[in-house]
Amino acid sequence: MTSLLATTLPSRFRWTDTLAWLPWIISAGIVGYAFLSGGYVVTLVVFALIYAVFVIGLNIFMGFTNQVSFGQNAFAAISGYTSAVLTTAYEWTTLPAIAVGVALAVLCAFLIGYPTLRLKGHYLAMGTLAIGLITYEISVEWSSVTQGYMGISGIPPLGIGAYEVTSDRGQLALLVVIVLILTFMSARIRTSRLGRAFFAVAGSEDAARALGVDVARYKLASFILSAACAALAGSLFVHVVGFVSPEVFGLHMVILSFTMLYVGGIGTVAGPLLGALIVSLLPDTFRAFKDYQDLAYGAVLILLLIYAPRGLAALFDRYVPAKKVGGAP
Amino acid sequence: MTTLSLKNVTRRFGGLVAVDSVSFDIGSTGVTAVIGPNGAGKTTLFSLISGALAPSDGQIFLDGRDITGIRPEDVAARGLIRTFQLVQLFQNMSVLDNVKAGQHLHTRGGIFAALARPGWARREETQIEARAWELLEFVGLSDHAHAFATALPYGQQRLLEVARALAAKPKLLLLDEPAAGLNADETKRLSGIIRRIAETGTAVLLIEHDMTLVMNTADEVVVLDFGKKIAQGLPEEVQKNPDVLAAYLGGVEIGHG
Repeated sequence: MTSLLATTLPSRFRWTDTLAWLPWIISAGIVGYAFLSGGYVVTLVVFALIYAVFVIGLNIFMGFTNQVSFGQNAFAAISGYTSAVLTTAYEWTTLPAIAVGVALAVLCAFLIGYPTLRLKGHYLAMGTLAIGLITYEISVEWSSVTQGYMGISGIPPLGIGAYEVTSDRGQLALLVVIVLILTFMSARIRTSRLGRAFFAVAGSEDAARALGVDVARYKLASFILSAACAALAGSLFVHVVGFVSPEVFGLHMVILSFTMLYVGGIGTVAGPLLGALIVSLLPDTFRAFKDYQDLAYGAVLILLLIYAPRGLAALFDRYVPAKKVGGAP
Repeated sequence: MTTLSLKNVTRRFGGLVAVDSVSFDIGSTGVTAVIGPNGAGKTTLFSLISGALAPSDGQIFLDGRDITGIRPEDVAARGLIRTFQLVQLFQNMSVLDNVKAGQHLHTRGGIFAALARPGWARREETQIEARAWELLEFVGLSDHAHAFATALPYGQQRLLEVARALAAKPKLLLLDEPAAGLNADETKRLSGIIRRIAETGTAVLLIEHDMTLVMNTADEVVVLDFGKKIAQGLPEEVQKNPDVLAAYLGGVEIGHG
């Protein structure tokens, strides 16, 4: 799995440089279309953008640092349920509830990540999968707080103090702002000392350590950043839908977010947003196929992974390791 | 003035003694080479010095401080930087970014610096970028700064690894078979680069099979055989040492380069 780190712009302008904007233009087109047309598409895009928040985080841990986690849904659940319980049972307002939810999830990520991140490869995958499953079980069994399978309803919408964002378009606009801020942050991380340390861990742990990079520490930092995004996505979800149950943060979330990350482009900046939008909208574009809808969706995913193995955003990336440079081989 | 000091360093793997009570000192300047036939324990010795393995017995000192058994990243933080027998570049980064990443120890800043980009962080970025270009110039790779590390031919990947190691400002640079896989021209160029590194005041310790490189580059040679040190001295002396000749191919003279 290769990821790309871009820092210095090429000195000479090439027309292909404009292609780098294509993922953004496509994403803006989809969001713009939803905003204008309203109705069901807005709902789809709102959920896509919530997933984009989740996937931006997943990309930091999996794309930048080249680790694997099947358990980020745990942090979405922790923050989502915290938000839900504080706003319903304790009648908090939305913003502080989200803040406490994310903070709690980050604390859990620190406590869980510290021992778990000693694992590597498949073992790390199994360990993180267990975190997600355990959290799911807790959300089912701890019914005095979570109300088990019944779930918690009547969660207030997003908003600041008395001002609540209730319209579809209002939620869409708010989520666009949140996703843009997080994308900008991920782009800045990618071209900083912190990002280079993440990419160094991804490239060669031995070499990173030999250059004084504290590998364990940067893995943990990357895991925590990733968990913070997952947590924010979890809280946004419960406030947008107004309801939470254990199924919301189940294994389905993990599978969907992985698909989005790989289709969009792992390790790229635009990938999570593009992947989230496309994977969310793709099943519906094949509605005309009726019974064969899932088949068509599956076929397109397979074609994408064959012809764009590093994801759609990577197709337009200028920093692709292509040709060998001059000199003797 | 001693940089690195080994005192009776031993490493056992079960019943096998890979490194057997090896002691030697390395000065703060110059090039020292560790040579020996295959299986003599050279690579194990390197792993012990760089912290990748802990010795079963004995002590290792860097600038008089005990570094026995500490983690590789802590060894690096004390100024001992190594390269690898099989090149370990950050393949997912450009050539320039590899060298920038090499300056990790001499920069600071985490998530706040990354997001807020305060003035000091921007100045630091400018400095490390300039330093990275200097180092690429030094090893002759500045034309390929924006290429991907993996796009370089093998010989240049080795040079990039050396440039990246120098970016960490080592007091002692450990080179693990730097000439492996290089042709005669590339080896000669590498030898020149190693000499220039030594002249700028960085001590170099290298393991090498390539006798031409060792005889042309090293100021002092340590010879290992079956985990034991059998000789130490100037290249010319070691070349004539009967024990060394016996260890190598049962007595064929070495080093015609």
